[in-house]
Amino acid sequence: MAIAIEKLNRLGLNRDDYKGAHTTLCAGCGHNSITNHIVKALYDSGIEPHLLAKMSGIGCSSKAAAYFVEHAHGFNGAHGRMPSLATGAKLANRDLAVFGISGDGDTASIGLGQFCHMIRRNLDMTYVVEDNGVYGLTKGQSSATADLGSRPKRGPANRYEQIDICALAIELGASFVARSFSGDGKQLVPLLQAALAHRGTAILDVISPCVTFNDHDGSTKSYAYVKDHDAPVNTPDYIAPQEEILVDYEPGTVQDVELHNGSHILLRKVGDDHDARDRMVAMRLLFEARQSGEIATGLLYVNPEADDLCTREALPSRPLAQLPIEELRPSREQWDALMAGLA
Amino acid sequence: MTGDVFNDFCIQAATVNGSGSQSSNLVITKALHHMGIPVAAKNVFPSNIEGQPTWYDIRVTPQGYQARKRTVDILIAMNPATWERDAANVRSGGAVIHEAALPRFGEADRDDVSWYPVPFARLAREQLDAKPDLRKYLQNMIYVGVLAELIGLDPAAVEQGVRDQFRTKPKAADLNLAAVRVGVDYTRENLVKSDPYRVTPMDGTRGTVLLDGNRAGALGSLMAGCTVLAWYPITPSSSLCEAFIDYAERYRVDAATGERRFAAIQAEDELAAIGIVLGAEWAGARAMTATSGPGISLMAELTGLGYYAEIPAVIFDIQRVGPSTGLPTRTMQGDVGFVHTLSHGDTRHPVLLPGTVIEVYEDAQRAFDVADRLQTPVFVLSDLDLGMNLWMTAPLPYTERAIDRGKVLDAEALARVTEWARYRDVDGDGIPYRTLPGTADPRAAYFTRGSGHDEHALYTEDPDVYEANMDRLRRKIDGARTLLPAPLVEESGNRVAICAYGSTHHAVVEARHQLADHGVETDYLRIRGLPLHPAVAEFIARHDRVYVAEQNRDGQMEALLRQELPGELADRLRSIRHFNGVPIDAEAISDPLLAGELAQREPADDRAAAAHHVPVA
Repeated sequence: MAIAIEKLNRLGLNRDDYKGAHTTLCAGCGHNSITNHIVKALYDSGIEPHLLAKMSGIGCSSKAAAYFVEHAHGFNGAHGRMPSLATGAKLANRDLAVFGISGDGDTASIGLGQFCHMIRRNLDMTYVVEDNGVYGLTKGQSSATADLGSRPKRGPANRYEQIDICALAIELGASFVARSFSGDGKQLVPLLQAALAHRGTAILDVISPCVTFNDHDGSTKSYAYVKDHDAPVNTPDYIAPQEEILVDYEPGTVQDVELHNGSHILLRKVGDDHDARDRMVAMRLLFEARQSGEIATGLLYVNPEADDLCTREALPSRPLAQLPIEELRPSREQWDALMAGLA
Repeated sequence: MTGDVFNDFCIQAATVNGSGSQSSNLVITKALHHMGIPVAAKNVFPSNIEGQPTWYDIRVTPQGYQARKRTVDILIAMNPATWERDAANVRSGGAVIHEAALPRFGEADRDDVSWYPVPFARLAREQLDAKPDLRKYLQNMIYVGVLAELIGLDPAAVEQGVRDQFRTKPKAADLNLAAVRVGVDYTRENLVKSDPYRVTPMDGTRGTVLLDGNRAGALGSLMAGCTVLAWYPITPSSSLCEAFIDYAERYRVDAATGERRFAAIQAEDELAAIGIVLGAEWAGARAMTATSGPGISLMAELTGLGYYAEIPAVIFDIQRVGPSTGLPTRTMQGDVGFVHTLSHGDTRHPVLLPGTVIEVYEDAQRAFDVADRLQTPVFVLSDLDLGMNLWMTAPLPYTERAIDRGKVLDAEALARVTEWARYRDVDGDGIPYRTLPGTADPRAAYFTRGSGHDEHALYTEDPDVYEANMDRLRRKIDGARTLLPAPLVEESGNRVAICAYGSTHHAVVEARHQLADHGVETDYLRIRGLPLHPAVAEFIARHDRVYVAEQNRDGQMEALLRQELPGELADRLRSIRHFNGVPIDAEAISDPLLAGELAQREPADDRAAAAHHVPVA
């Protein structure tokens, strides 16, 4: 009888250590595929489970935070309020790897304000939007990312403009913006690893078809539609810090981006040249893709040099939550001088 | 005219906001304080940057009363728009210092007050070497000199007041002192004193400082070890947050590295402010926000989540009138009922009710300990009057005592525990043990969510589990009854008592003296926290009638008391309400109480029913 030798990651953990509770989402839900890709990315990157903070809002997507890394703290917050909870958690303990799971309703409607301001501050976190263009838990209402003209399961076609989460994020100054598809683990896993390595807000808008409410003809977020219109702009490879770059590539066919922790993301060019370091190019790409009806996927924009929130706030390297009270009070002399000044 | 009145009168400066009059008023306040004369200052200001009427009342009393006084003895009339009405409000026999160019007609034309016309604009133009844009400010400093000369302010105290006010700007101090001298000289040469109000040095301020409640709240938070502040600007709470940032930048920045041992985030709204606070507390930092009624409304959902997920948080509510453009710069005690049960479902939050500046400082520190101990959001309820006005107070004492972080299991403690469940009541007090993210033990992790969870924080909709959890939460919050400060009681066997809380205290102190002068001796109970301490009911049981005085229309505290007390005790409550936006004064309590007691003495008379809103059976 053959004994399966489990492969261990750099921490000596196996992939099962990154699994969570059993999913309660529908069979075939794109979110479950994303969960699997998240498990693989966290395992491959060797993220310490106890230093991972899983944050979510409300919705089908937000439930998924319970479905990976059981031995990490998680916080299923209020609808649309995950960015503020994540901001507080990171300010309190900057050692935490903050990983957020949200959906299109949670991010682009009720939570749009917090989403925007999190990006403005460049909070160091990975923010995954499981984007299916529909409200699942409340049974099938269109969301703000549903494309103009897309047909819901029941009722007339969507009459309103869609909010493009990636274009919005780039406009707001996001330092890492990617789009992917729940069915494309080969693309999504390295993007997630790079997002984890990136210091700053990493937005991943992952199209994740809803098998129950939004997988029919006429929907622009069905499996069939996304497969037909997926237009990768690059193929990412993640190279961990200190890892040798062994991938063979023709000169000029790969964009190599070094991230803050010394890791690299190699972007193999597909089709037209896309410069993921150029914000204007990324915006143009998204507008053109929308006009042609294609879904541009891959790493759309990255700026590894942008300061994150904790850097901008000049926080000490030791987490605020761990500072002893003696370091937080003025001295008695300082106090007496302060009081004397009020007399 | 009767003889001179020493150290017992009220000065009102009626000015236009944005004209720098605040500096002049602070100089007067500080000069009086330097002379040892007890002083109380009330700023009644508009919701506006520049050009609207604003009033600043400076009251001196030998007794040191800190409440507002309804009558004005000396008016400094600098605002043409309100001057007629302002002058009409002056007490007969009082004095009016006014810009000479203001015409005396209509209501302002009365012969029972002393008129002191001063050509402020002309004096500033002709006698001060200053640019035109500075002159409007200096005009106001001239009135300091006029007043000083008329009431006999000590020139050294005035100079000290000016130097205090312009501590970091010696040139500005000199220019302002010159303006004061212009006022003094003009008064000596042109005005004849005909009013009775004078000051004389006394020993009534020794060992006191002048401080507002918001700065005390900021200092309390600093001393409590708060490291994360998240806020959205809103009057009258912004100054608490800005003071925290000021002090933290002074005492928490590493001189060598520039590292800041705090984070202060101006959030996009109050939804985010409370979210950042809860996130930070969840991850183990002490965090707070300060807001007012409209912000509290936005915080309702997440405060409820904090209650059910059992996350500490400290929320200062500096109460004001509202919402929208509803007198945002006027005071009230209008949020008591609202915050105590903020959010939907069976939520109930501990509320601290400081009544003095020192109590704001102490309650700020206490709030963090209670929040940590009970693992729940805690409110500190102040108001615009207590928060933004200057109060005479003993200096805030330095804190050396340890802080209470409550039941937190770190990796070491967890290793000694055989089985841990996040929401299990181990000690019988309803308070479970918590772990923080980042704890290096695989058992430390749990998944935080709303009310639908079992002891292990796993999701469930089981009716019995839900009910048991809700019962435990009630037991836990009930523990706050004795964890929060006991009510302050002044009792000498009287049948009649006054019950109050927060800033209403200062009017009660004075009202009790007024009542005693009318032969009505009262006992006094001041509530310091919610849920109610058992001593509150015990006190009420020892009295026949308890008048609950508060600054809102509907008697919110009285309603909370009625909800909790047995009917026999609830029947002893009477309600006194003051809700016009200006701080409560003593007569607002003593007048209705006296009427109620007079009616009581004539039981057959229907006036007994009319004296208070409660129908007499």
